[in-house]
Amino acid sequence: MSSRLRLFRDVGMSKYLLPVILFFILTSFLFVGLYRDPTEVSSPLVGKPVPQFSLPRLDNSEALFSEREFLGKVSLLNVWASWCVACLEEHPVLSELANRNAIIIYGLNYKDDVTKAHQYLVEHGNPYLANAVDAFGRVGIEWGVYGVPETFVVDKKGVIRYKHIGVVTQQDVEEKLLPLIGQLQSEVL
Amino acid sequence: MRKASCLIAVFLLCFAALAQPDAVAPEHEKRYYSLLDELRCLVCQNQTIAESDADLAKDLRAEVRKMLQAGATDSEITEFMVSRYGDFVLYRPPVKPRTWLLWFGPLIFLVIALMVLSRLLRKQKKAGSTALTEDEQAKVDSILSRTEE
Repeated sequence: MSSRLRLFRDVGMSKYLLPVILFFILTSFLFVGLYRDPTEVSSPLVGKPVPQFSLPRLDNSEALFSEREFLGKVSLLNVWASWCVACLEEHPVLSELANRNAIIIYGLNYKDDVTKAHQYLVEHGNPYLANAVDAFGRVGIEWGVYGVPETFVVDKKGVIRYKHIGVVTQQDVEEKLLPLIGQLQSEVL
Repeated sequence: MRKASCLIAVFLLCFAALAQPDAVAPEHEKRYYSLLDELRCLVCQNQTIAESDADLAKDLRAEVRKMLQAGATDSEITEFMVSRYGDFVLYRPPVKPRTWLLWFGPLIFLVIALMVLSRLLRKQKKAGSTALTEDEQAKVDSILSRTEE
């Protein structure tokens, strides 16, 4: 026992402590990495005004939908398509939000067939106040869209405040969207 | 014979048609491909937009071509991508305070390793020069003689 203690003193504690410290630093990095989703890339557009665009509306191709639509109210822009399976998953959640009049939801119909998009809304209900038709995905690039569905929260000044990538779940609504929407709605213009 | 050459012509035309969408003016070709190699496809994150067959990669390639044709510089094109998709779109991350550790971390580790190595070597050199004490020599001798028995 005493010889072991002497050993510690002779070599110095640091020789034993250092690997242990390094081990904990390394594992803490790995541990944090374990819970991060590499497919969720934070958008540089958060904090910036919505990009300028002008697209035909889904309900009336003669009418245009532009970034001016976002001014003066808090709203969501949901990027969706009838070919997108995950969109169907979040559709009831969006419908719920719309039914509760919690927020105005706009849609960006991304690289879709107009007829199929109409059919989709008839079949599953329409939570959108209006939809912009981005047939070629050009406006999607302006918004930094890289996977459907994506959802943006836009404040009264038309500034993007949050981007949600992937399916919006009921939990996301309760924990992230609604608190943020409440906060944005209380902001004065 | 004529039929065969006709078929071949049609075949080649099909290829030409297939190649068309990705065609870029010859004077831009070199810049085009080097730009594509620098840009990450966000859908399949371990591929460049040159390699990826994802729809978005196709769209972004078209966007790069369009910008090249319009006379944009390389930095204007990468700036366009970064402003929409963030630094992550670049395979070569920019050097800025947030990425200092990434860029210079390996150098720091190298310096630390060299320092440790030099200290170890110096210690070893010192230890090598010290001869055994009489006591220790006697111990060694007794152990060696024991094994011989």
